[in-house]
Amino acid sequence: MSEAKPPIDVNALMQAIPYARYLGITVDQRGNEITTVLHFSQHLIGNPVLPALHGGVIGAFLETTAIAQLAFEFAVGDASAAALPKPIGLTIDYLRSGRPMDTYGRAEITKQGRRVATVRAEAWQDDRSRPIAAAHGHFLLQAADDTPTS
Amino acid sequence: MSNPDFTPEHIAMMKDVLIEHVPHAKAIGMTVEGAKRGEAWLSVPYAENLIGNPETGVIHGGVITSLLDNACGIAVQLALAERQSIATLDLRIDYMKPATPKLGLMAHTHCYKVTKNIAFVRGTAYHTDEGDPIAACVGTFMLAANRAIPVPVTAEAAAEAMKILAKNKDGAA
Repeated sequence: MSEAKPPIDVNALMQAIPYARYLGITVDQRGNEITTVLHFSQHLIGNPVLPALHGGVIGAFLETTAIAQLAFEFAVGDASAAALPKPIGLTIDYLRSGRPMDTYGRAEITKQGRRVATVRAEAWQDDRSRPIAAAHGHFLLQAADDTPTS
Repeated sequence: MSNPDFTPEHIAMMKDVLIEHVPHAKAIGMTVEGAKRGEAWLSVPYAENLIGNPETGVIHGGVITSLLDNACGIAVQLALAERQSIATLDLRIDYMKPATPKLGLMAHTHCYKVTKNIAFVRGTAYHTDEGDPIAACVGTFMLAANRAIPVPVTAEAAAEAMKILAKNKDGAA
């Protein structure tokens, strides 16, 4: 965890990403922990009959949660949205259907190497012990400008 | 199983039921470009609100996730002998290169195996050349998972799907 360096404003960093704004993702920063929030909106629905959140939206939310955690723990003062870690691979397990309400996310960095970090992320709604989805992924850290997206 | 290509009428029906009534797919402009038994081609146009990197204008990885997830689901629907509801169990995505700013995205997905309970699917996302992929995915889907919109492989099925959707118009199931 980050103790010595002054905390960066992760929410401001995320708001600089048009797609995160479009989905309605904010970051709640308390002390040395962050929780991402996916604010419910009708355009996030994938199945109008249930209704349920779109699986792709849940995946995008978990990916953003992982990136926010990496930024929170490793970014320095002059961090910009352009220099955020890039996803290399992401595996999403869909555990329950996402109901039409706000969703919360937390991520944990399981290993940080020089170029690549491994992150686990989890999303839940009204009960943290009943997650709707979990993901683990590898992210390319800023300096190495090899492959992936974003 | 016969292996007929779908007619333009079938594809138009799929577009109507599988995209128009999936709010998120419609919101980001997803379109069914082509369909075969067990295979689907979907597109999503480039747009400012889908950007992940504000300095370069590169599309966010999450957009690719949404497109591939949706396209995988449709490929599974197109592989089933009879209409069933499905749910994504897992989806693994490898991001191989950044999308080129200003270009639309395509996805081609193929459901290559269906068992009693599970369907297996893989796919790629690209701009124009599938041999030069932006991302690749593999996923599994649970069959007969819950109540969902039937895939409109026939006119009757499309009418039935529209009826269910009309009944649930305001999202209240």
